[in-house]
Amino acid sequence: MSIIKTKNLTFEYIRRDEEGNVEGITTAVDDVTLNVRAGEFIAILGHNGSGKSTLAKHINAILHPTEGTVWVDGRDTSDESQVWEIRQTAGMVFQNPDNQIIGQVVEEDVGFGPENMGVPTQEIWERVAESLRAVGMYQYRKSSPNKLSGGQKQRVSIAGVLAMHPKCIILDEPTAMLDPNGRREVIRAVRGLNDVEKITVVLITHYMEETIHADRIFVMESGRVAMEGTPKEIFSQVERLKELRLDVPQVTLLAHELKGRGLRLPDGILTTQELVEAMKRNGYL
Amino acid sequence: MSIILDHINYIYGEDTTTPVHALKDICLQIQDGEFVGIIGHTGSGKSTLMQHLNGLVRATGGHIYYNGEDIYDRDYDMKKLRSKVGLVFQYPEHQLFEIDVFSDVCFGPKNLGLDRKETELRAYDALRKVGLPNELFYQSPFELSGGQKRRVAIAGVLAMKPEVLILDEPTAGLDPKGRDEILQQVKKLQTETGMTILLVSHSMEDVAEYVDRIIVMNDGSVLLEGAPRDVFSHYEELEAVGLAAPQVTYILNEFRKNGLDVDTSAITIGEAAQEIARALHR
Repeated sequence: MSIIKTKNLTFEYIRRDEEGNVEGITTAVDDVTLNVRAGEFIAILGHNGSGKSTLAKHINAILHPTEGTVWVDGRDTSDESQVWEIRQTAGMVFQNPDNQIIGQVVEEDVGFGPENMGVPTQEIWERVAESLRAVGMYQYRKSSPNKLSGGQKQRVSIAGVLAMHPKCIILDEPTAMLDPNGRREVIRAVRGLNDVEKITVVLITHYMEETIHADRIFVMESGRVAMEGTPKEIFSQVERLKELRLDVPQVTLLAHELKGRGLRLPDGILTTQELVEAMKRNGYL
Repeated sequence: MSIILDHINYIYGEDTTTPVHALKDICLQIQDGEFVGIIGHTGSGKSTLMQHLNGLVRATGGHIYYNGEDIYDRDYDMKKLRSKVGLVFQYPEHQLFEIDVFSDVCFGPKNLGLDRKETELRAYDALRKVGLPNELFYQSPFELSGGQKRRVAIAGVLAMKPEVLILDEPTAGLDPKGRDEILQQVKKLQTETGMTILLVSHSMEDVAEYVDRIIVMNDGSVLLEGAPRDVFSHYEELEAVGLAAPQVTYILNEFRKNGLDVDTSAITIGEAAQEIARALHR
């Protein structure tokens, strides 16, 4: 079943100079047609300015297409009357946790969404508790968000979206401002939501390592989907990714280097485990 | 010529019920022309420490000597220190404000009281040093890409001709190519002009690749200090404080466990590939 579908999605905006005269038109998303099935884990890669975030903002109706159509769970995002339904279906988490947390106490912050949806009080508390448990932050429910680390704050932001019971979560570089530990915590929480709760995940990131467990990766370039495939398929193309200003995970790069030195290794190795096994199979270890 | 930190302590909110001991008895020496990486988890005191180096934050105890002079001396010229020790904050592109790139970079030297010719020469030189193409000089800084904006912001600091350049997470939010470009430019600055560079980073891979020495901060103290390969050989200690070694370190250790006689101290992909090839006699 399809949860996010775009057909010939194009988004243009008009650039203006200081006096408001039109300078030109930028096409940020250019004729994108894609289909995300319910329960999938999708990663979107692409260099700065490739159109990733603009695409993502169409999924919960922050932006509306200039041309083409976006459907979220069967609802057309350009239909004004459906906007609230769409935003409840597809929740968004942004880069900076400090811009998204408003409550004085963690559980209050997480309850903000369902409260605004008019959920009965008893159920709000249930949702808050279950959302905080899902991201491993239940023991901090009475804390002040100010006292949390970046990774913890970001997990509270995710819980805030979860409490609205979305079918889909879009995360726009959720780990860009975090240290390695915080990054690990957030990615683990997101993978848990996808595995256990079967929530569809769309993860935008610049860290290649975070995408190796995705079901599919889309690589954006100049507003178009330049590559699409499983992590293995995508990361087998080391040179192509470099052309697109991207990278591959360190293990993949090491395997690629070793191949260049004449070792017999398969393409698209993504984890240390896989590399060790491939080395054993071919008698190097 | 160097920066010496002598038993630096910094406590804030001392007169409140919840004082925070943000820096605890830090003793460090930073040599001229060194490229030093500072790592530590969020809240470990990295940024606070950096803000001490150009006098933005004043220690509550201890002394800082810049080229032999105590910067807390009453007649020490703090303004001069700030032009010698350039600090590039996190997300520095948020501080761009002029109508075009060139004027933005001129802002710093102009405020140093330099004449127009010298100001413009410096701005031009700084923009070239960060590798920004000429055709962008008279564009609005807001129309540039993330990586370009960040380079303009760094140029703004370079135009002050600092002797020491402090970069607080200069690559956060940039795509992989953008990260490499910025760090390569910075490395070039160090090798070509002999500038001292201090790089605060969350990316162990970046630090491993570029710096001469690493300082690991934890809970307001210096936990480890040394050459990258020495520091990363303590990867278990690093993990205990929320950090990690570069991924290749783990791969090499895994290979070693599986019986390949490799030296596990390599910290970059190139070194690791070479070391594995050597161990396999290829």
